[in-house]
Amino acid sequence: MQVPGMTIVFYLIAVITVAGALAAMLLRNTVHCALALTVAFAGLAVQFLELDAQFAGFAQILVYIGAVAILVVFAILLTRGSETPKQGVFSRTWLAGLVIAAMVFAVLGWAVLNSTSALPSETAKPSVNVLEIGNALMGRYVLPLEIVAVLLTSALIGAVIVARHEKGSAK
Amino acid sequence: MGPITPLQGYLLLAAVIFAVGLAGALTRRNAILVLIGIELMLNAANLNLIAFWRYGPHPEALTGMMFAIFSIAVAAAEAAVGLGLVIHIYRFTQTTDLDQMNRMKG
Repeated sequence: MQVPGMTIVFYLIAVITVAGALAAMLLRNTVHCALALTVAFAGLAVQFLELDAQFAGFAQILVYIGAVAILVVFAILLTRGSETPKQGVFSRTWLAGLVIAAMVFAVLGWAVLNSTSALPSETAKPSVNVLEIGNALMGRYVLPLEIVAVLLTSALIGAVIVARHEKGSAK
Repeated sequence: MGPITPLQGYLLLAAVIFAVGLAGALTRRNAILVLIGIELMLNAANLNLIAFWRYGPHPEALTGMMFAIFSIAVAAAEAAVGLGLVIHIYRFTQTTDLDQMNRMKG
């Protein structure tokens, strides 16, 4: 299916992204999974840049590769998660999970492929600079911005309280 | 069904990533890998938002982009709290295996 206006870069990065996601979900060693997850995040960041959303692409790199991937590696190393369990890495009900995921993908793919006329297809390249994004964040989107600030603060405090080492409670 | 448009290409890529993340979240034993699967699903949703913003009729309104940026911030908070919970549970049970976490008593 050759698509007009769709570059070879899209296919290349899409293959790398999907391979990273598959490796993150299939590999036995948990640390390798975290590294494959970083590849998938980087591929998605490049896709954001391809879509002319530079700010979102760099936010993706900063937040996901810079923070979330590091947090995942920390959690794996703090919990001995890198040891492969004897009874395998997949749960007993893996077949049901796989069937559910395949059905969800079938429905999504069917909906996307059968809605060619309903989907918007503007070809004009949007020119958005960081100044406009900053103005929008401080103007129209100032209330969501403040709510996200409160959410991040409470999540930070909550994560510290939850993960804090309490004396006498740990076995 | 003719050739697919660029928007459909991105939507299909997001559907593949979402399905991979969902399959991982439903089948892996390790709680951290289930969280990784959830992160992949959130990322697929972000790709949809950005793609609709890019090919939608009013990109200058920045709606889809802002939605994706706020979604990234909320996902970061979710990852921090989720991994904190996993570490806390690990202190009590000495395992991150979800099949062995079958009681609510501490």
